[in-house]
Amino acid sequence: MAQTLRLNPIRCDGYGICAGVLPQRIRLDEWGYPLIDSSPIDEHLVARARRAVDACPVLALSLRRDRSAHGRANSGADEPRLSHRLAGQPSAIGS
Amino acid sequence: MPSSTTPFEPRVLAGPPASAGPERLIAHDLRLGRLPSPSERRNLTAVLDSSGLLGRGGAGFPVGHKWRSVAEHSTGNAVVVVNGAEGEPRSAKDGTLMGLRPHLVLDGALVAADAVGATDVVLYVGREHTEAHRGLAQALAEREPDPNVQMQLVAAPVGYVAGEATAVVHYLNEGDARPTFLDARPHERGVADRPTLVQNVESLAHAALIARFGADWYRSAGRLATRGSALITVSGPNQRRTVREIEYGTTIGEIARSAGGAPPGSTVLLGGYFGSWASLDEVQDEPLDPVSMPEHGLEFGCGVLSFLRSDACGVAATAEIMAYMAEGTAEQCGPCVFGLASMAQATRRLSSGVAKGDDVENIDRWAGQVLGRGACHHPDGAVGMVRSALAVFRDDFASHQVRRRCALNRADMT
Ligand SMILES: Cc1cc2nc3c(=O)[nH]c(=O)nc-3n(C[C@H](O)[C@H](O)[C@H](O)COP(=O)(O)O)c2cc1C
Ligand code: SF4
Ligand code: SF4
Repeated sequence: MAQTLRLNPIRCDGYGICAGVLPQRIRLDEWGYPLIDSSPIDEHLVARARRAVDACPVLALSLRRDRSAHGRANSGADEPRLSHRLAGQPSAIGS
Repeated sequence: MPSSTTPFEPRVLAGPPASAGPERLIAHDLRLGRLPSPSERRNLTAVLDSSGLLGRGGAGFPVGHKWRSVAEHSTGNAVVVVNGAEGEPRSAKDGTLMGLRPHLVLDGALVAADAVGATDVVLYVGREHTEAHRGLAQALAEREPDPNVQMQLVAAPVGYVAGEATAVVHYLNEGDARPTFLDARPHERGVADRPTLVQNVESLAHAALIARFGADWYRSAGRLATRGSALITVSGPNQRRTVREIEYGTTIGEIARSAGGAPPGSTVLLGGYFGSWASLDEVQDEPLDPVSMPEHGLEFGCGVLSFLRSDACGVAATAEIMAYMAEGTAEQCGPCVFGLASMAQATRRLSSGVAKGDDVENIDRWAGQVLGRGACHHPDGAVGMVRSALAVFRDDFASHQVRRRCALNRADMT
């Protein structure tokens, strides 16, 4: 099953180590916080993605086999739909 | 007379005038009749589905759907949290409702507890809402304790994010009203690790009426596809903050006119600090409707309509809101903390006449970078507001950036 990267934005301290390990999927914004491509990871990048996960000093990054391609395991009932106006915008973690 | 002027009879705010204070239990029971017994409302969740009732905390999520997902996880041990945090500075509808119709809110909490299989109800009420606390405390004291459901009134911390669902649960569990980022959502594992329904007070008040009068009754109000009524908070330009109940589909222009009229060229902030600015001339005929408004780039949100006169500076108004939103982050997620601070500082520079050459472009770019990158939707709300401001006050922003002054020549440019 396809795996996706998921960032816990509360944990992340923006050291940026992950982006150095996996520049194919992680860029840093201008404050040094990672912008993560949350689409399924190609097979040939999985090992490197795992290394990026292991490199994060605060365990903010994880690899998941998700039900959806998005970050949170289950957006479910408590995560009401974002408005139409905000939907469809680029977003590093899905909601 | 066009049907649009047919007076609409309030529902959740029906009853004695505001000056009478919190409605007493006897008056409440006499006016509305007793709640149907649990066996008579066994299928209430399905009734809510057919009523089409949408949540009133800002996101408009279907209430029946939410109750069902809590019930699915409950083994009779769920918790209902009545969300009366009302951290939105321009909103007063939840506080008003709790202060004037506390028994309706308690009825809603009881029918919800029964439907989702809950033993506990927590009334989570912003500590600044003193009338609401007084009304609910009095109402709790008037009622016989329910053998099946414990009710508890909790003073919620002040602040914009304290009302976000995961922050609510976090506060009740650990005394920390900051959002969390956990795999399990509150409906799976929330207060005391039990399935938890976090529901806005107004949503529950409507549910209490639907439990009595049914889905068809609920659907008999409303002018367009979205049925029912809603509380709104109206402020400015000629009026103090007032709370009203409208039927969905009432137009923004009608509200502007009944609020004493707004001069041509006025703008309106719809949905509060999470909402959208609009030019009043362009939205006169826009129906207040949480489903159709977002399709037009507008927000109903928690029902705020805040009018700004054409001779007031939109840049200054936006700077004030952005400062509040940047101050109000839970200081947890980098993009939210730094992004909102950057946007707030740039807006402040623009409004106070010391703009840098690229402030407007930067605000726009930062907005795109911040969207969707927090643990909660706080930054997304701020981004929506600031983007709408850049569009609606385009000329003002340009004048502030290029000429470093307000085209309106207001005194705040010192
Ligand atoms: C930053 C933030 C603040 C919020 N504040 C409130 C609030 O003060 N009151 C409220 O009812 N909902 C608030 N919400 C929405 C809640 O997370 C939740 O969706 C709501 O209480 C659910 O009730 P409803 O479905 O009846 O609207 C907030 C959401 C966010 C992202
Ligand atoms: S390595 Fe970890 S803390 Fe550093 S930026 Fe990446 S996710 Fe954040
Ligand atoms: S997104 Fe902002 S407000 Fe929400 S938890 Fe993170 S820092 Fe706090």
